[in-house]
Amino acid sequence: MISFQAVGKTFPRAPSPALKDVSLEVRPGEVFGVIGQSGAGKSTLIRLINGLERPSVGRVVTDDDDVGALDAAALRALRRRVGMIFQHFNLLSSKTVAANVAYPLKVAGMPSSAIGPRVAELLDLVGLADQAAKYPAQLSGGQKQRVGIARALANGPKILLCDEATSALDPQTTEQILDLLAQLNRELGLTIVLITHEMEVIRRVCHRVAVLDAGSVVESGEVAEVFLHPTHQVTRRLVADAAGLAAAKIEGGPPTLRLTFRGQATFEPILGRIARDTGVDYSILAGRIDRIRDEPYGQLLVSLVGGDVAAARARLTAAGVRLEEA
Amino acid sequence: MEALLANVVWADIAQALLDTLIMLGGSLAFSVILGLPLGVILFLTAPRQLLANRAANAALSFTVNVLRSVPFVILLIVMIPLTVLLVGTSLGVAGAIPPLVVGAAPFYARLVETALREVDRGVIEAAQAMGATPRQIVFGALLPEAMPGILAGATVTAIALVSYTAMAGVVGAGGLGDLAIRFGYQRFQTDVMVVTVLMLLALVQGLQWAGDRLVIKVSRR
Repeated sequence: MISFQAVGKTFPRAPSPALKDVSLEVRPGEVFGVIGQSGAGKSTLIRLINGLERPSVGRVVTDDDDVGALDAAALRALRRRVGMIFQHFNLLSSKTVAANVAYPLKVAGMPSSAIGPRVAELLDLVGLADQAAKYPAQLSGGQKQRVGIARALANGPKILLCDEATSALDPQTTEQILDLLAQLNRELGLTIVLITHEMEVIRRVCHRVAVLDAGSVVESGEVAEVFLHPTHQVTRRLVADAAGLAAAKIEGGPPTLRLTFRGQATFEPILGRIARDTGVDYSILAGRIDRIRDEPYGQLLVSLVGGDVAAARARLTAAGVRLEEA
Repeated sequence: MEALLANVVWADIAQALLDTLIMLGGSLAFSVILGLPLGVILFLTAPRQLLANRAANAALSFTVNVLRSVPFVILLIVMIPLTVLLVGTSLGVAGAIPPLVVGAAPFYARLVETALREVDRGVIEAAQAMGATPRQIVFGALLPEAMPGILAGATVTAIALVSYTAMAGVVGAGGLGDLAIRFGYQRFQTDVMVVTVLMLLALVQGLQWAGDRLVIKVSRR
């Protein structure tokens, strides 16, 4: 659906490139997350997808179009097939909610008789049917982003780009907006690319993730894999902030293990049963039971003392628990 | 009362007020018609804007600066041949309007440019991301978003024009300012001076009030 092939981007008069040799593939119908700290190149990356920026080297292919090679008219045609929402919503403050949603339809040349019903349908989709006559200044942040989403979906795009779409929202509103995005992905088969600096956003809605640091992709893969077993230090830091499993280790204490349970195993009394059978004592130093999208997982930082530790480790592995030295 | 305003001929005052209003209305209309597109082009051709064009922007900007640096009294005189060409005379109310426009349109263009620069870049980016053409962005997003600033600029321009019209007496255009100079100042008729200045004051107050009302009406922030 979207493909980056050895893409680099250098801005004039910038000391270092914004993106270096980025290759990645976004599949149709998936929610793909790009995470990184500020200045990592996320904004540049997402703007390459709809040609708001052009690559300095390499190729960006969006919905079968080589973005860097399109002329102005072809680029506008592509942009009408790709919706985009923004951190600060970027609504027209001078126009009502309905007129904001109508704007992209007018841009695309829809006859005015068809615009009214389409706007009503879109506002209904995002749950703002009763706010049509209001101005953006009269709405809450979450409502503004809903208008942004309705506007981005107006021309029925296959792809939705989310530029830090929840970063200006409070946690509860963030959750509602993410649920809406997940619903749009499920029900409309919309391919979503979102960039964020918050691992929680990735955990809640993304299927796959790429971690960006200083313009390079340092890690990518299934969200559960990257989230539960981060290998790069940047990823570890991002995950540690989110998972609360940071630095619980006691210096000089017994060796600690990180146990990862996924799926149904999360809810079974595996650890207790194996400890009883092998005579091992365990203490839980840190832990978290939660979900990645819809899949439950548990991650515990434990130290095992006494008894047959080797046998306990073997049985844990056999029960489908992943063990890592922490 | 008779003694207090002994020199005031109300028919002359009325005529002068009418002349001022005609000059003001005519020159404001043309200043907006010319200055608004000029301001939009100045904005669009600036570096990193939609139609960035260094050469065109530099040329326009230089022209605007040249026109703005000529004192209005000088402009009135050097424009005489062009004024004759445009309106057939360099005298009277009609003769004053072309120099007023040439004096005010570049000023208004700069105010429009400033108002457009105040528009959130993100809004323009959102319109671009929808696949809007530059024309659709200008009419659908930029101008509506900048409308309060554009109207406030027109108010400031109108008030500047009121003081310019006072100088139009040089080409015999009449108006309140002219009356104040010829009767109030040159003939020491202080009562005429006071009446005309009060009328100008009322005119400026009225323009500012109307402009502010208009700006509030279109502001949705």
